[in-house]
Amino acid sequence: MTTMPSSFRPSRRAVLAGGAGLSLAFAIGAETGQAQTAAAAAGRVNAYVTILPDGTITIMAPAPEMGQATNTALPLIIAEELDADWSKVQILTAPVNDAFNHPVFRSQFVVASLTTRAYWMPLRTAGAQARRVLLDAVAARWSVPVTELTTEPSMVVHAASSRRISFGDVAAFAVAPATLPEIKPTDLKPVSSFRLIGKDVPRWDVPGKSTGRTRYAIDVKVPGMVYGVLARAPVMGASVKSHNGDDLRKIAGVTHVIPMSAGIAIVADRMETALAARAALKAEWNAAAGSTYDSSRGLAAYLAAVRDPASKAITGRKTGEAEDALKAAVKVISGEFSTDYVTHAQMEPLNAVASVSADGVEIWVGTQWPTRVRDDAAKIAGVTPDKVKVNMMPMGGGFGRRAHTEYANEAVEVSKAVGKPVKLISTREDDMANSHVRPMTAHKIDVGLDASGKVTGWKHRIAADLVVPNLYGMARLDAQKGVDHIVMAHADVPSYDIPAHLAEHIYQDSGVRTAAWRGIGAGPNAFAIEAMIDELAKNAGQDPLAYRLALLKDPRAKAVVQAAADMAEWSRRREGATLGLAFARLGVPQLGEAMSAVVAETMLDRATGKIRVSKLWCAADVGLPVQPGNIVHQIRGSLIWGLSSALIERITFKNGAVEQTNYTDYPVLRMSEMPDIEVRVLRSGDIPMPVGELALGAVIPAVSNAIATMTGKRLRNAPFTTARVQEALKG
Amino acid sequence: MISLSINGRMREVSAAPETPLLWVLREHLELTGTTYGCGIAACGACTVHIDGQPARACATPLAAAAGKSVITIEGLPGGDGHPLVKAWVAEQAPQCGYCQSGQIMQAAALLASNPKPTRQQIVAHMDGNICRCGSYGQIISAIERASKGA
Repeated sequence: MTTMPSSFRPSRRAVLAGGAGLSLAFAIGAETGQAQTAAAAAGRVNAYVTILPDGTITIMAPAPEMGQATNTALPLIIAEELDADWSKVQILTAPVNDAFNHPVFRSQFVVASLTTRAYWMPLRTAGAQARRVLLDAVAARWSVPVTELTTEPSMVVHAASSRRISFGDVAAFAVAPATLPEIKPTDLKPVSSFRLIGKDVPRWDVPGKSTGRTRYAIDVKVPGMVYGVLARAPVMGASVKSHNGDDLRKIAGVTHVIPMSAGIAIVADRMETALAARAALKAEWNAAAGSTYDSSRGLAAYLAAVRDPASKAITGRKTGEAEDALKAAVKVISGEFSTDYVTHAQMEPLNAVASVSADGVEIWVGTQWPTRVRDDAAKIAGVTPDKVKVNMMPMGGGFGRRAHTEYANEAVEVSKAVGKPVKLISTREDDMANSHVRPMTAHKIDVGLDASGKVTGWKHRIAADLVVPNLYGMARLDAQKGVDHIVMAHADVPSYDIPAHLAEHIYQDSGVRTAAWRGIGAGPNAFAIEAMIDELAKNAGQDPLAYRLALLKDPRAKAVVQAAADMAEWSRRREGATLGLAFARLGVPQLGEAMSAVVAETMLDRATGKIRVSKLWCAADVGLPVQPGNIVHQIRGSLIWGLSSALIERITFKNGAVEQTNYTDYPVLRMSEMPDIEVRVLRSGDIPMPVGELALGAVIPAVSNAIATMTGKRLRNAPFTTARVQEALKG
Repeated sequence: MISLSINGRMREVSAAPETPLLWVLREHLELTGTTYGCGIAACGACTVHIDGQPARACATPLAAAAGKSVITIEGLPGGDGHPLVKAWVAEQAPQCGYCQSGQIMQAAALLASNPKPTRQQIVAHMDGNICRCGSYGQIISAIERASKGA
């Protein structure tokens, strides 16, 4: 399991197609007929589990991997129920095939921290089913009732006759039945007897990633391959007006300059030649809808929109009658907040290798949505999806950016145009110019209180560009009655005892490219909500911890808040530093939510306005932790993301174009700025809850709350740049 | 043709002298462990050693490496048995992994000149290497582990 099988090396196919051993087919979360057709047409065996006579157990990792480590966690779930000896397990990256579809999204798609949560029961069932096939085969062979058989790691045991047989030896004679045994929830292992889940096994991809052996899409080289770069229109939707392609074609090695809908592609025989030609490109672009947009004016307009009662709004979240409650309130407390555009700046610039030939299409790409890449490529190339092979490569960062797949489509278009395999890469500058941003947001929250100071109603208005149409298309937004669930994520407050709540979205359209960004709306929304909670505590003359514990009604929420406060020794005063506290949820109500609370120990240089967060404590209730050590690493990363967006990250637009170019003018948090971080993972229940984006949303408000406690001044506009902090301190 | 030593072996490269060493390594020699992050020496993903010193391959013209000894992640002595690689695995440092070759090469240069760095020295030395996943804590722990020979 320490090898790094690239999905295009022959070894995997040999294992799968060789026919030796026992291969079990499971169609999970897919229409079986469609999955079988796709599998048969592509000549592949549709299987999660293969057991070889030497005892090797191969398990498919179905989900795209971007650092979240589900390529270990998902096979581990199967291995647990199979009762596999983990040392004999080999993990393989699954092919792109409907048989491996995400059980909720019905495609191979990684977003919303819902991978482990959604595959959980289907993969447990698949593992139990594989185990049952082995037991049935042994029962028949030994003529004993299957109920007398048990398993130990990779062993079938008949205690009554003291007989034991290894899984490998069973695989040598067993044949998977045409109809696999049905597994009921009661057939699954009791959670209390898990051997692997909750115990931490090493991630299978770590050795490859610690030696440079792991191959990302950008590392792929195929015979006859040429190199492409794409200069995209700086403003979304702008078309090419003119370019100096004739001059570029005179550069030795430049073979093509191709105007496309997205921009101008330059193709050369070598990478360095393509890059040199890109640097020499001169292009003019026609105006588009966003060509006059300037984000410094935008923020003022967005704030004006949330203040104006006449602004047309879509109801995103609603409980009770908040408007009535506010009208009847004895006192209304209001607050305004905003967040700037942020971009992913994932370390591996967007790229893909595509080969369009008479036989079909082959693509090597790091993507969060490989089935979409397949389907789009089929349309571009004019073939059926079964003629498209997508090799799911590990991603050098995803964070929501690689849920958008335009860069793969562009590679297919260029390969089709030049008739050769092409590696199409974005330079860092092109990647940043093509930022698909988390939209800028403006918030106004009005909270109604009764005579006793109790919260009776909460109204939250959010002005932001839409994201759903850019990721899923307009039809999806219409189907959701206009509710952009990405912008409105966690804009509600169900953990608190607030009887009436309304969250509204005031659509803005600045013509910029928007995207899902780690945590989606939960980041900006948690900032506004949790800063507001501190404002309410201040109004009530109460300590923010005590106020939260009194207002929270959800016991899991109370537990994480109390735990984070205990970790931080909340009531202990610090010399030169102040604590701020916030709470954040992650998940969807139908599948359950994870809970987190963060305390930020914060220092401020009042002269310069520079904030330094010296320590973060985080308590996280993640349901059942599958890989606890990895969960801590993911949450640490999420906290660092949150802090980076709280303090320094900011995309601005001028004349509709992104102004930042690289890590120099879009700084992200570096090691010297990282606080000490302490994470405590709390378990509740028997189901794993979302992790990868948890706690991010609590960081911005925790810092704002700390500064408010320290100075009496509220930081309302993230990121809290030194200029903004100085401004706030004056006010 | 320009000659240089890559991981202890003399290589002849047919590329223009101004070609960034990064693309020579990655595309001409297929040593893809050295990764492209920024192209302007701002992120550290492409860190290699040139005559024993850490250098950003993206901002090093091939001509500047001519006749010199270049070590990439693939040439790290001992491979999987190198103390830093072992420590990286023990600490489960990588997440997406893309920056980690550069991190390890930067760390190897530190330990070569300062086998027992303080935490402060580690942070100061590593601060030019970005990890967008936020694995900084694991990286520090791994360097400390390697420096202790654990």
